[in-house]
Amino acid sequence: MLRKFSSWLFAGMFVALPAHAVLQIEITQGVEGARPIAIVPFAWNVPVPARDSVDEIIKSDLRASGLFAPIDKKDFIAWPNDSSQVRFADWRALGAENLVVGGVQAIGSILDVRYELLDVLRGQRMIGESYRKEPAGLRSVAHRISDRIYQALTGEQGAFSTRIAYVTVMRDGAGKPAYELQVADYDGFNPQTVVRSKQSILSPAWSPRGDKLAYVSLEQGPAAVYIQDLQTGRRDRLLDTTDQNSGPTWSPDGTKLAIVMSRGGKREIYIVSLAGRTWSRLTSVLPGTFHTEPVWSPDGGYIVYVAGLGGSQAHLYRIDIDGNRSQRISFEGKQNLKPSFSPDGKQLAMVHLDSSGYHIAVLDVTSGAFRILTPAMRGLESPTFAPNGRMILFTEEGGARRTLGAISADGRVKQRLALQEDGDVQEPAWGPFLSP
Amino acid sequence: MKRGSWLVLVLSFFVLGLNGCSTGTKATADGAGSSQDAAAGAAKSGADTSGAATSGMAGAGGMKADPLSDPHSVLAKRIVYFDFDSSVVRDEFSSTLEAHANYLAEHPGVKVTLEGHCDERGTREYNLALGERRAQSVQQFMELMGAKKGQVTSISYGEERPAAMGHDESAWHLNRRVEIVYQK
Repeated sequence: MLRKFSSWLFAGMFVALPAHAVLQIEITQGVEGARPIAIVPFAWNVPVPARDSVDEIIKSDLRASGLFAPIDKKDFIAWPNDSSQVRFADWRALGAENLVVGGVQAIGSILDVRYELLDVLRGQRMIGESYRKEPAGLRSVAHRISDRIYQALTGEQGAFSTRIAYVTVMRDGAGKPAYELQVADYDGFNPQTVVRSKQSILSPAWSPRGDKLAYVSLEQGPAAVYIQDLQTGRRDRLLDTTDQNSGPTWSPDGTKLAIVMSRGGKREIYIVSLAGRTWSRLTSVLPGTFHTEPVWSPDGGYIVYVAGLGGSQAHLYRIDIDGNRSQRISFEGKQNLKPSFSPDGKQLAMVHLDSSGYHIAVLDVTSGAFRILTPAMRGLESPTFAPNGRMILFTEEGGARRTLGAISADGRVKQRLALQEDGDVQEPAWGPFLSP
Repeated sequence: MKRGSWLVLVLSFFVLGLNGCSTGTKATADGAGSSQDAAAGAAKSGADTSGAATSGMAGAGGMKADPLSDPHSVLAKRIVYFDFDSSVVRDEFSSTLEAHANYLAEHPGVKVTLEGHCDERGTREYNLALGERRAQSVQQFMELMGAKKGQVTSISYGEERPAAMGHDESAWHLNRRVEIVYQK
């Protein structure tokens, strides 16, 4: 058991070894119409060998967005590090629309990272910036540069500096599982363990400011919601009750959680105020039905949840926070499960079950338009939107184990993130934008 | 954990069993062939204790060994299986559940927890709900057949504690279940 964990500890430490992600990203479906961009290997004027390549990180980030197609560096005629060294004709010949050049130099024990974004067609410089950071933070600088490039070229905020939470399951020779809730960079690097358990951990949910995780643990038998501070590691059970409770979702102001609780044989949605841990019931079930999987709307005004209607039908409903105006909002297929809002509140991703199987689907909240994003897939669970609404991360079955899949919200780009070691990764939750 | 609770029940039965004697006719009505099962059980437990008195009483059709520890008793069947996405108790499990309900009715101090489980399909929170529906179905059945309120508790583990690890129906059908767990 310790042997397996020690390699994860290594990945988080800054040692002069090639860094590796616990999760491996593999693009399984590329995109046509992506914008060709050339990212030239950055100069490395640092007396120690490079552990991370800034240009490779920028390349991976932009490719992962689905909007850019980085050109292979073996096609480059020259490797400029500075806009003054650039002959735009060379790059037009390659078909690049944009060019990124830069370099890293050591200033004492701090790294200075400088980059420029160029418009190849117009032959001019768009942005030039530099950052100073200690070496352990080099990856975060590269992601920040990706965010800046993405913003400049698309007008949208990049999600490359965000983090994801997920649960890993490793099994020993006898099949006994060990669970870990981890938080990592969105690309799987720098994993940190939040909590370890011999019993299941599921349904992680980020607080709006990204400082806490709520999650469900079966460590005491019946499902119970816990809240953990990511900075201090301190945690406590949400409620002091033996009634099963789960499915946490945060209010946008961070003061409340909506949860599922089973009381008197009825499984309904409750709202819990974090200050006094007082709670009140929001929904009421008809006999033979249950409510589950609540998600709080980004504008704070209502909650979407799944109602199990009997006959194994399950559909999405919405209800105002004051308990009024409950109405059904999903009508397609047999079941629509685990709704997840895009952070602008305009879209809901979900797991959709129809006669061909389980799919990831997206509902436009305003228009009601319903799009099925994937073919029928196995092991589908836990869709979660990136905070810029561009990508959806979810659990899927890859081979004989659970892996994470990602698809762009327009369905064009598909990726898979698998645990490098032999185990499952599941229950992803994409964290919010963090203030820089 | 189950084995431990069986051991404690074997010990505790010898206290409860005296009560069983006083409602002897009802006890022997438990399922078909119970007197044969009881004899087999008595012979088994006779080996564990001083023996002679136990087997003699079994022969008289009164006190018998604890049916909960008898692998041939219908009460040894502790798992009810379900169809996909369903919480309906299938007919084939009726007599098993009836036997457990009767046992509970006759032993008002005994409690069971019904643990509801699902196969891996569908989302985890949905499966926590479905597992609970399955346990509640079994609970309702047992309470209608004589178990008292408070004797039966339902809890769900959703898809979190599979009995079989595969990713197809050969494993899935073993995971769609409710387990009847007698409490110490």
